[in-house]
Amino acid sequence: MSEGGIAEGDAREVVSKGRAVLGEGQRAERRLGLWLCAPAALVMLLVAAWPVVYSVLLSFQRYDLRFPGEKAWIGLANYGTVLASPFWWNALGVTLLVTVVSVALELVLGMALALVMYRTLLGRGLVRTVVLIPYGIVTVAAAYGWKYAWTPGTGWLAGLLPEGSAPLTQHWPALGVIILAEVWKTTPFMALLLMAGLALVPEDALRAAAMDGAGPWQRFRLVTLPLMRPAIVAALLFRVLDAFRVFDNIYVLTNGAQDTSSVSVIAYHNLIGGLNLGIGSTMSVLIFGVVALVAFVFVKGLGASAPGEVR
Amino acid sequence: MGRGGWAALNALVLLYALVPVAWIVSLSGKDPATVTDGSFWPTRWTWDNYRGIFADGEFTRGLANSIGIGLISTAIAIVIGTMAAYAVARLAFPGRAAVLGVSLLVSMFPQISLVTPLFQIERSLGLFDTWPGLILPYITFALPLTIFTLATFFREIPWDLEKAAKIDGATPFQAFRLVIAPLAMPGVVTTAILAFIVCWNDFLFAISLTSSSRARTAPATISFFTGASQFEDPTGSIAAAAVVITIPIVVFVLFFQRRIVSGLTSGAVKG
Repeated sequence: MSEGGIAEGDAREVVSKGRAVLGEGQRAERRLGLWLCAPAALVMLLVAAWPVVYSVLLSFQRYDLRFPGEKAWIGLANYGTVLASPFWWNALGVTLLVTVVSVALELVLGMALALVMYRTLLGRGLVRTVVLIPYGIVTVAAAYGWKYAWTPGTGWLAGLLPEGSAPLTQHWPALGVIILAEVWKTTPFMALLLMAGLALVPEDALRAAAMDGAGPWQRFRLVTLPLMRPAIVAALLFRVLDAFRVFDNIYVLTNGAQDTSSVSVIAYHNLIGGLNLGIGSTMSVLIFGVVALVAFVFVKGLGASAPGEVR
Repeated sequence: MGRGGWAALNALVLLYALVPVAWIVSLSGKDPATVTDGSFWPTRWTWDNYRGIFADGEFTRGLANSIGIGLISTAIAIVIGTMAAYAVARLAFPGRAAVLGVSLLVSMFPQISLVTPLFQIERSLGLFDTWPGLILPYITFALPLTIFTLATFFREIPWDLEKAAKIDGATPFQAFRLVIAPLAMPGVVTTAILAFIVCWNDFLFAISLTSSSRARTAPATISFFTGASQFEDPTGSIAAAAVVITIPIVVFVLFFQRRIVSGLTSGAVKG
């Protein structure tokens, strides 16, 4: 027996729960759909949704693994501690700076790269293949490469700098190296997404604009860019959320020294170094909140269509 | 623009992509005496760094963990992700939007937000520093990618074939298994590669949810390299290990370049 008390195999269209009219085929489809999605949904709920809820619960507690006896509910006190801490605000500032600067650079460089890959005829396959290498290389491996390249004595890039400079030991140069490492690694990804957007621009529109006397720059600005807008906004949303999570590069390059911690690095240190679950969770919740806000602004404000959304 | 102009631009792009990679490779070939000479290419090429990391059980162990954990996570994510993607792309059922919404949420998740609670949950369940302890979060983060990318592939399959199979008496599941799944295979392979890259690249979970070489993956193992003695600089070893963990991904990329590009862009832009 199935829901509504209607026998299996009843081929007539039946009224289920007095609302939708469902045939047996449609009900089978609904059942199949739910069953096929159940494992994926279950995993995502258990490993992502439940920990987030648990994280909120932990953030209201004093819970330091070094002093387990002092565990207690303290309401919003952890939020007070974190939000009053200059380390938190510095880390948030660093994260936002790295995100904004690297994504802006990636957008410009990625667009140039996308145009080269899209328009070139000479060695196109080679260029498109090789450009994927930075995307494929493990971030940690690349980060060590950059670290040694900028280490005085060892690195070829450090050798180009004036005698005695050690960029990774100073705040701004270190941030510059972190941004460079991020940009190098992810520009190809940005370029690929933008190239898919370029494919959406009909050649006819460009030819018509050329006939009306528009130069290359005008064609790009007035025809190509507006038609690519959905791809650009989606790529930006993707990369901004990804850049906001920056961890591997900073961990390897400076490990947060010289005030270069991102929010992920500072939360990691509070958890693994400090074993402070209460503070670590509070930071987790705050980071999640900022990311949700950014995504909301993108989707509502810029009209980003979510990846995978049905149109 | 003339041929010369394009050639110059292409050369620039190749240099951009390859110089930093060449630098790590070159560093991995320097012997300890010349590692700090600051030159780009080694004066004398040596395999000692590679011999060193493989003589040390730590890195081999990390590599084995990476391969095992990556393959298991990818396999599970692909199986349950394919099922969900098929349902999302092809079937009308309540909760379809919710599945897409949850996947989207997970794909935007800052991983660090899961690290603290997972650290505590896994410690109490005895999953901390074990393979399942890393496999679970890897599946979770590979799933949204799997569902989105495969749903796109599934929408492009000619579904009349499925209808024909059903008319011939196949159940919806049979139609899926016997007709559609083989057609979807190229998409599944692409997605599997992308999912494997995600797992292979992870660093944050690997250093937060492990405490020994029992489950620590290769990228995390590298960050604990200290050199054979306290006077020895691990630079060469780290560079060699970095090259080793990069090779599998570069091989994938070179072999499946076209598919990876279409997978990445279809999942992310076309939707």
